Amino acid sequence: MLLRHTTAKEVDRKALTVNPAKTCQPVGAMYAALGLHGCLPHSHGSQGCCAYHRSALTRHFKEPVVASTSSFSEGSSVFGGSANLLTAIETIFTVYEPDVIAVHTTCLSETIGDDLNQIVSKAKEDGKIPDGKRVIYCNTPSYVGSHITGYSNQVAAFIKFFSTATPKKRNVINLIAGWMEPSDMRELKRIAKVMETRTILFPDMSGVMDSPLTGKYDIYPKGGTTVDEMIATGDSKFSIGMGMYCTQDACIKLENKCKVKFEVMEIPIGLKATDQFIMSLSRHGNVPVPDSITDERGRLLDLIADNSKYFYDKRVALFGDPDTLIPLVEFLLTLDMKPVYIVTGTPGKHFDEAMTEMLKDRVPEAKFRSGEGADLFRLHQWIKQEGVDLLIGNSYGKYIARDENVPFVRFGFPVVDRPGSNSFPHVGYVGAINWVTKLLDVILDHQDRTCAEEKVELVM
Amino acid sequence: MSKEIDTTVKVEDLSTFKETVLAKYPKKVAKKREKSILINDFDANPQIQANVRTIPGIITQRGCAYAGCKGVVLGPTRDIVNITHGPIGCGFYSWLTRRNQTKPENPDDPNYMTYCFSTDMQDSNIVFGGEEKLKQAIREAYELFHPKAIAIFSTCPVGLIGDDVHRVARQMVEEIGDGINIFGFSCEGYRGVSQSAGHHIANNGLFKNLIGRDDEVRGSAKYRVNLLGEYNIGGDAFELERIFEECGINLIATFSGNSTIQKFENAHTADLNMVMCHRSINYVAGMMETTFGIPWIKVQPIGAESTAKMLRKIGQYFGEQELIDRIEEVIAKEMVEVKIAQAKALIKTKGKMAMLFVGGSRAHHYQNLFEELGMTTLSAGYEFGHRDDYEGRTVIPTIQIDADSRNIEEITVTKDETRYNPRKTEEELKALAAGGMEFNEYDGLMAQMQKGSLVIDDLSHYEMEKLIEMYHPDVFCAGIKEKYAVQKMGVPLKQLHSYDYGGPYAGFKGAINFYNDIEMIACTGIWKELKAPWERESIVEAEYVY
Repeated sequence: MLLRHTTAKEVDRKALTVNPAKTCQPVGAMYAALGLHGCLPHSHGSQGCCAYHRSALTRHFKEPVVASTSSFSEGSSVFGGSANLLTAIETIFTVYEPDVIAVHTTCLSETIGDDLNQIVSKAKEDGKIPDGKRVIYCNTPSYVGSHITGYSNQVAAFIKFFSTATPKKRNVINLIAGWMEPSDMRELKRIAKVMETRTILFPDMSGVMDSPLTGKYDIYPKGGTTVDEMIATGDSKFSIGMGMYCTQDACIKLENKCKVKFEVMEIPIGLKATDQFIMSLSRHGNVPVPDSITDERGRLLDLIADNSKYFYDKRVALFGDPDTLIPLVEFLLTLDMKPVYIVTGTPGKHFDEAMTEMLKDRVPEAKFRSGEGADLFRLHQWIKQEGVDLLIGNSYGKYIARDENVPFVRFGFPVVDRPGSNSFPHVGYVGAINWVTKLLDVILDHQDRTCAEEKVELVM
Repeated sequence: MSKEIDTTVKVEDLSTFKETVLAKYPKKVAKKREKSILINDFDANPQIQANVRTIPGIITQRGCAYAGCKGVVLGPTRDIVNITHGPIGCGFYSWLTRRNQTKPENPDDPNYMTYCFSTDMQDSNIVFGGEEKLKQAIREAYELFHPKAIAIFSTCPVGLIGDDVHRVARQMVEEIGDGINIFGFSCEGYRGVSQSAGHHIANNGLFKNLIGRDDEVRGSAKYRVNLLGEYNIGGDAFELERIFEECGINLIATFSGNSTIQKFENAHTADLNMVMCHRSINYVAGMMETTFGIPWIKVQPIGAESTAKMLRKIGQYFGEQELIDRIEEVIAKEMVEVKIAQAKALIKTKGKMAMLFVGGSRAHHYQNLFEELGMTTLSAGYEFGHRDDYEGRTVIPTIQIDADSRNIEEITVTKDETRYNPRKTEEELKALAAGGMEFNEYDGLMAQMQKGSLVIDDLSHYEMEKLIEMYHPDVFCAGIKEKYAVQKMGVPLKQLHSYDYGGPYAGFKGAINFYNDIEMIACTGIWKELKAPWERESIVEAEYVY
């Protein structure tokens, strides 16, 4: 057994995390910063942070993830990292020539108490920031929240440094993307286009973290929200934030700064969250929902109806990030499945409330947990107590899936052992169709491989 | 002694590289980088700058001391519960990402390598200290898993807030009792200039806390060896274990691929230490020699010829005809398949160019394999090597110790009163040296590289782009962070940390795997399709339709 020491017996743990269902803030900030065109993320801390974050993102996306570091030494840890960041800014603008440097902190620079505002002001005074170039920053202490918090902080920093209100509002809707795949962002833009709404999507990793192979490498690929678009978000008439944890802070900051009203909804995964997204886009964009979108919805319903028998009452365990788990649990309920165990390492009340609300009547036996003590070790213990028919989560789930012989669908961050996260969207009705086929694939494949020979069905 | 660079390879003059990249850098950066880039001419004793700080803002391959200590050296041991003391990230990123395979002998034997243990420090721990949380985490780990040993790894904030992991370790040994071994590592990420600092810290910890705790001589008293600096990436250690067994060589411990606590504790009962990755483990070899009298030699079981060379050295060292004959038989047998695979691969690989920028030994060792494939290494360098890894150990006395190295604990060891036992007499050692055996010696990467090739330490992202743009190698060897940038340029990248999830590449079977994989890279068709048909046309005729 791969996880041979995991037993069903739970021990009250107050201090030890075993097999986490989260990672730390800076990697989220790095990912979000890649969604700004011409931006180089910069990690203000030891080299290892930057190396680890780049490696983690690269393994997931199979794409270049370029970011720089302040390369702290023991000296900088004692005397502060100001000199390192000043040198870094000069070096980066000379050698790597980005339009924007997006600095995020680490547990090291946060513990020291480096004041980024002061350091960047000094860089400006010293003429280290060329005309037309920018250095933005956010605080991402690794000992608070999770990678999701870091993502949120970076997106909020975009608002702080760019969004500007001019006297003229524009008939544009801001789509603020929570942590999702570039393929999802591409799908959201397609939906907006089909709906004939004018939108600005940010951050936008499509075209950055799924760039084509051409033989020519560009450190700053074609994609990403441009600085001009980011500035213009202050003139938009409305913002739709997708994912409470990743985007609410940005939505509030934009309203406070530029008076852009907002609505925060779940990431449009599954039927109901997509319905909500489409209606919001229609209402705030003042456009009717075109028939083609209704048809997409109908094709999804058709597929679910055709296969509902394979989903009904199936017990599912899930782990990942709150902004995607909430709509996904809702979607599993739409499929008449039973999400029985749900775990996220990211702390926060909204997850607990949303789970209670969704599950208290429909799956009263469900167990869920967030933040402290919510790790894969615990999830596995629950599975050992009473088994499940399906496991959904990032690649670390495969060790549980193999030990327990459970069908496994990879989803979340990081997925490092299968391609595809980036090729097909998970959002919208089209994304939901992908979900249904993916779930069916593993469930039916498991049945085909494990049922008695005489029970093997040709037609299913 | 250096070979001239293969002139059949048509490349621009490599010396233009340096001026090209330096011209791009700010003055201070150029001045510093200037000393880390050189044209190889080993006979002229060139000096390279290495193991110095990376300039902030330069996009580097390097990681941190924690990665070198927990990730590299201690990570591959399956029965130690490794607790990362810090915020969640460090533990998370070093969880199963290095491909250290391990094979417990029985289904019930402990194996914690699939687990990640962390104290997941929160802001309150940063403010009020994390020692109590660490102690509680150790209690919980013990209650849940009952391991024989628990190791604690410090991350950046731990050192700053003053948590004393060593004191916690001592206290918890007392509290738990039961013969448990608990020890800490001060491997905060900011120590040193790269992973290398973490290797050194790990070596010290291995020596202080594990090596020499079990004197029982198990198995045969003959031909007892340790393999140091082999981490069982992709099963390399399994292949070497197989070869040693075939030869009747008694492998006591590998540091640290496929290892257990007991093997470390018993390692001092071996009679020869073989150092594979010199950078990450030479300290242990030195300390074991001083304390227990075990001589060490440098080996490179990467490449079939150099694997054979390693075996012959072992034969020569023990000097018994029975062993020497057995080794020759094994080599002869293994070489049959090796030669077949090599001949097949050579058709596709001969005359091609490689560049290697990785690690502290791989950029050197893998040149053996490329030589066997008839390929030229045009440029190479380490991510975290020191001058001795480039120029050979003879330069060690001349290396200036800077502040970053001084911060790393240097432990002084002495002869063990009762257990020091020189395995060979002075005369025997002299005779072996006269026969070509080199003890405590490593010639470094530059001795092997051709005259005129380009050696670059701590390659930057910018320099990497320029290397490819200017010389367009057939294969570029580095790690995951470099892989896709290089491939976007149309050049295949072979990962030499993770082997692109293949391997093993060590030993004889490993060499065959490598030949096959490089042949595959040379033959992969997709690289020829990068231009769409309409982009290939020299003239596009367009017709307007009104």
